[in-house]
Amino acid sequence: MTAVTAETQEANEAYEAAFDAAVAADERIEPRDWMPEAYRATLVRQIAQHAHSEIIGMQPEANWITRAPSLRRKAILMAKVQDEAGHGLYLYSAAETLGTGRDELLDKLHTGRQKYSSIFNYPTLTWADVGAIGWLVDGAAITNQVPLCRCSYGPYARAMVRICKEESFHQRQGYESLLALSRGTPEQHAMAQDAVNRWWWPSLMMFGPPDDESAHSAQSMAWKIKRHSNDELRQRFVDICVPQAETLGLTLPDPDLRWNEERGHYDFGPIDWTEFWEVLKGNGPCNEQRITQRRRAHEEGAWVREAAAAYAAKHGEATA
Amino acid sequence: MTSSDWPLWEVFVRSRRGLSHTHAGSLHAPDAQMALRNARDLYTRRNEGVSIWVVPSVAVTASSPDERDPFFESAADKPYRHPTFYEIPEGVQHL
Repeated sequence: MTAVTAETQEANEAYEAAFDAAVAADERIEPRDWMPEAYRATLVRQIAQHAHSEIIGMQPEANWITRAPSLRRKAILMAKVQDEAGHGLYLYSAAETLGTGRDELLDKLHTGRQKYSSIFNYPTLTWADVGAIGWLVDGAAITNQVPLCRCSYGPYARAMVRICKEESFHQRQGYESLLALSRGTPEQHAMAQDAVNRWWWPSLMMFGPPDDESAHSAQSMAWKIKRHSNDELRQRFVDICVPQAETLGLTLPDPDLRWNEERGHYDFGPIDWTEFWEVLKGNGPCNEQRITQRRRAHEEGAWVREAAAAYAAKHGEATA
Repeated sequence: MTSSDWPLWEVFVRSRRGLSHTHAGSLHAPDAQMALRNARDLYTRRNEGVSIWVVPSVAVTASSPDERDPFFESAADKPYRHPTFYEIPEGVQHL
């Protein structure tokens, strides 16, 4: 070993010790701090997947904007879909602080090299699905995301604070919408129940595979990117939803769902993980459609990006 | 030209009059006017601001995190700059 590499190695060890100490002390890691390459790669993978989920998530809901039952619901839904775009942008910015450019991330999404949450590969068949997504899908997302506000990486944590504040509106509007349907005509009630029946299990899958099968969980917990295990968050979500469903006057489609006095939690039935892995692999009902639509939106927007750039160039803006 | 050629801007938002602008985040835009408009849509959808600054990220000069300790060290050994450093007899008022 030459003197130079020995010196470098010594410096790296000092950096690593400083990083470990910062994480242990619950300090935040900031973009220009030294960090292990695996930490950086894990964050890029997770933040990118999260950003992609936000912008792909615009599709199933946007599907109902033109058919919203009232102007009020339409305005709400447009605001919500716009928020999802905003959340995507906060997260892409956070990923960029790690040295991965916007175009590279979008390209990986468009070519299937990075994933998005498999929940968005399910179709929105009726208006009630918009309510069920707000209540269950956004509810599950909030359960996942609130602990991320304390994530060890500063820019990600700050993006999550902003996102969580906004998600609360998403969940409440969904709940209110479902409640209106549930208390409406028998047909409307049935439509709400059908939506909940279809979205309940995929929502539970949003927390990811069981702890003993989750590839990245242990390391992410050690790095304090993740604060709670998948199963722990899933249980928390189930416990929150059961009384909320009672108020809605709707049932959750799980015959095994019952209070367990001893555990102080609701027991619930087995999750069909085969379905989860199939959807993740690309075999869900809408995988193809979502990615095709995303690529098309990107390609059809090219002229707007080019025009804006040409305008900036012509007016001599320092494009740095 | 693609969006990766669009420069990065840092966004600062004044939440209400009387407070200073604080850093809200960053975004890409082809020019300053578009950066302002994008910043409005991205960071003030809920009346979070009454004024926005956008600054090209490359214009920011930052202290190095590696030098954090030596760079700020000179303040560390001067506790006498804080009012709590001084012992004042009990009962003395308005001090």
